[in-house]
Amino acid sequence: MTPVLFIEQVLNGLQSGVMLFLMAAGLTLVFGVMGLINLAHGSLYMVGAFTAAAVAGATGSFALALMAALAAAAAAGAIVELVVIRRLYDRDHLDQVLATFALILIFSEGTRYIFGSFPLFLDIPDYLSGPVTLPGGIQYPLYRLTIIGIGLTIAAGLFWLISYTRLGIRIRAGEADREMIAALGVDISKLYTIVFALGAALAGLAGALVGAIQSVQVGMGEPVLILAFVVIVIGGIGSIKGALVGAVLVGLTDTLGGLFLPALFALFMDNSAAQTTGSALASMLIYILMAVVLVWRPQGLYGARPA
Amino acid sequence: MSREGWINAALYAGLLAVPLWAWLADEPFTITLATRVAILALAGVGLNIALGLGGLVSLGHAAFFGIGGYEMGILASHAQSYSPLMETPFLIEGTKSMPIIWLVAVLASGLAALVIGALSLRTSGVYFIMITLAFGQMFYFFAISWPAYGGEDGLSIYVRNGFPGLNTLDPIQFFAICFVLLSAALWLSARLAASEFGLALGAARQAPRRAETVGLSPYRLRLLAFVISGAITGLAGALFADLNRFVSPTMFSWQLSGELIVFIILGGVGRLFGPVAGAALFITLEHFLGGLSEFWHIYLGLLLLLVVLFARGGIIGLLAGRRVAHD
Amino acid sequence: MTDPVLSVQGISKSFGAVCASDGISLDLRQGEIHAIIGPNGAGKSTLIAQICGGLRPDAGRIDFLGRDITGLSVPARARLGLARTFQISALAMEDTALQNAMLGALMPRGGRLGFFRPVLRNAALRDTAMQALERVGLADQAALRTAELSHGQRRQLEIAVALTLRPRAFVMDEPMAGMGAEGSRQMTAFLEGLREEAPILLVEHDMDAVFALADRITVLVYGRCIATGTVAEIRASREVREAYLGEDA
Repeated sequence: MTPVLFIEQVLNGLQSGVMLFLMAAGLTLVFGVMGLINLAHGSLYMVGAFTAAAVAGATGSFALALMAALAAAAAAGAIVELVVIRRLYDRDHLDQVLATFALILIFSEGTRYIFGSFPLFLDIPDYLSGPVTLPGGIQYPLYRLTIIGIGLTIAAGLFWLISYTRLGIRIRAGEADREMIAALGVDISKLYTIVFALGAALAGLAGALVGAIQSVQVGMGEPVLILAFVVIVIGGIGSIKGALVGAVLVGLTDTLGGLFLPALFALFMDNSAAQTTGSALASMLIYILMAVVLVWRPQGLYGARPA
Repeated sequence: MSREGWINAALYAGLLAVPLWAWLADEPFTITLATRVAILALAGVGLNIALGLGGLVSLGHAAFFGIGGYEMGILASHAQSYSPLMETPFLIEGTKSMPIIWLVAVLASGLAALVIGALSLRTSGVYFIMITLAFGQMFYFFAISWPAYGGEDGLSIYVRNGFPGLNTLDPIQFFAICFVLLSAALWLSARLAASEFGLALGAARQAPRRAETVGLSPYRLRLLAFVISGAITGLAGALFADLNRFVSPTMFSWQLSGELIVFIILGGVGRLFGPVAGAALFITLEHFLGGLSEFWHIYLGLLLLLVVLFARGGIIGLLAGRRVAHD
Repeated sequence: MTDPVLSVQGISKSFGAVCASDGISLDLRQGEIHAIIGPNGAGKSTLIAQICGGLRPDAGRIDFLGRDITGLSVPARARLGLARTFQISALAMEDTALQNAMLGALMPRGGRLGFFRPVLRNAALRDTAMQALERVGLADQAALRTAELSHGQRRQLEIAVALTLRPRAFVMDEPMAGMGAEGSRQMTAFLEGLREEAPILLVEHDMDAVFALADRITVLVYGRCIATGTVAEIRASREVREAYLGEDA
């Protein structure tokens, strides 16, 4: 294996990691602040992707498409919070699972109704397409590099938001003690709507960005949602830092596992057997990683609360 | 008999009467639908032992359903190609015999539940939900990427497996098999709920600190409930694969895990016959709404939302009213 | 003198910089009620948690019936006969009072759980539970769901569950909490008769009850035992009055 290939795969892992982070950050905030498990978070990812594809198709502008995706996902998130989610805060997790599962059915079939069953395609704009040459002569797609940049910028922005802004203080207060923040005179229901819409917007943005690499189709959100769950379990619920570390860990494990395991098995198996065994095991690798973290630290890497 | 008792009896009789009528009227498709209800209800009864009795919201029971399905697919495919599963260190051959397939399904899925449960039960609440979901997904991706048994395309079995003395290809006889197994699982589930184990498990769910201070270990109680639950759902998976004579990675899909929970909620959480009522309603809706609109899942979603938000007792709760204390 | 039933020897437990138990030693002898008192934050809950197994002490050891139980889990200690009641009732609210009372009798030391026999048709288990309910005065409420019981009745049920364990010692966390004056009086009378059956380590804020019941009292302040003695000794102790009873000496 060449070092170039290796670095390329590390970058790919990083790219999928930061996108996972955008998903996981919203989920972990919503859980940390409102105590809600939201299965429909993947639907917001899908809403972002479809909106971006539709707007890009109509206007030809990728930047406009991204903004529309952010806005549509945030709006969908706010509406869902106002209509359904806020009735679920006091319910047990089973009710939350069921109601948000119902939302997935509604979102997915609704999208299929509007856009049909065929995948849409979102094209990478010209100014972001093609490879760039990195130091060391490595060719890497500019678009993926841009995604990494956007993801890291947003991560930095989120840390700033949580650490230094008024909203962030309220969010942290909400994680610590719901009654306290009511006592501080904060309008909780407004705060909840904002946090939920913020998480939704991040998911929608991730959907739009990834939509340009993969196809945009109904059901695209759930596999990412489940990966984001793995990220949260590894990182610890409610921790943005945990979400970032977990996401990058999962992204790298997934990509590098697919590369290394077949090569590893090829050392003592014939090539085709190594290929199948290696890639089958690689598909399980992140879950094995999750299991290891569970045994070692059931509350996750940065989870404060003992689970 | 209590009101819930009458409702249960009516459900049970209905599930038997519909296919019998269909058999007399020569409507094999309806028999197949009823068989689907019986099998999915069986899977739900299994899940209900973890979820209803143990309070363990598992979003990964498709793992056990799929293991049951693949176990049957693997054994039967080796039997139909006359190639042994393995020869060293000892010979294992495929089989087309249902009782053996069932036994292996129960053991294999129970073992998987033991491993998944031992890990997942180290946590609780929302972690548990996410982890079981993730483990379910792990099996899904493994089934897709493991080419030996069909990978993404799944595995077909040409002839339904056999049961001594019965013609399993006859829809009504296969229904009878599934119905008897469902009845056995319901009986087992009722006995467990009323037993010392059920009482202890209920205490571990409602007041875990109390359970510990009377010498019970919530972890072990839950793990045992999870294993029994997974084993029954695995058995249902083997039957489901036999019904379709086909198994594919979709048996492992997270949607299936979600639907199993939906059966329980639609029917009524913690009710013995909840999964039966829920599965029957689900299949009926799928059949009729699915006939009306291609997008029937929207209506299903809305119905589910309404049930969760406003009718938490499910169908049986709606009909039987609030549960009263029983002596 | 016979060996104490329960003996705590120099246990310490810190949470970060906060020292919740600082070398606490005390024992519980056959036939006595030993009360632990102290202001809020004195470390009473932490002490109970360590005795019952919920927390592992950083240092020190705990013996029960002459056996080192420091490393045992909560259920293992309960199976040896250490019965605990909670300050805030921990009961299966959907189940009946009778079902709750049966819980203590499910694990008669080292036993196994039944899987098939309906628990309510188990006459021995039922009798044990009914007797316990009768003793605490809840026989008429046996078939009621716990959620339907009053607060005071739930407190009584807490005790009944502990009784069915046939314990060798009780650890009671504020059994009078939230009971009215009449309820407290009844509970006091009941605990009075219970000490012969098994000794009681009693954490209680109700000083009337403590002074009426306790054979010995240990005073805990900031995680340390500042005094152990009879009611008269504790009442007379200048240190205790300064530190806890808030009187100017």
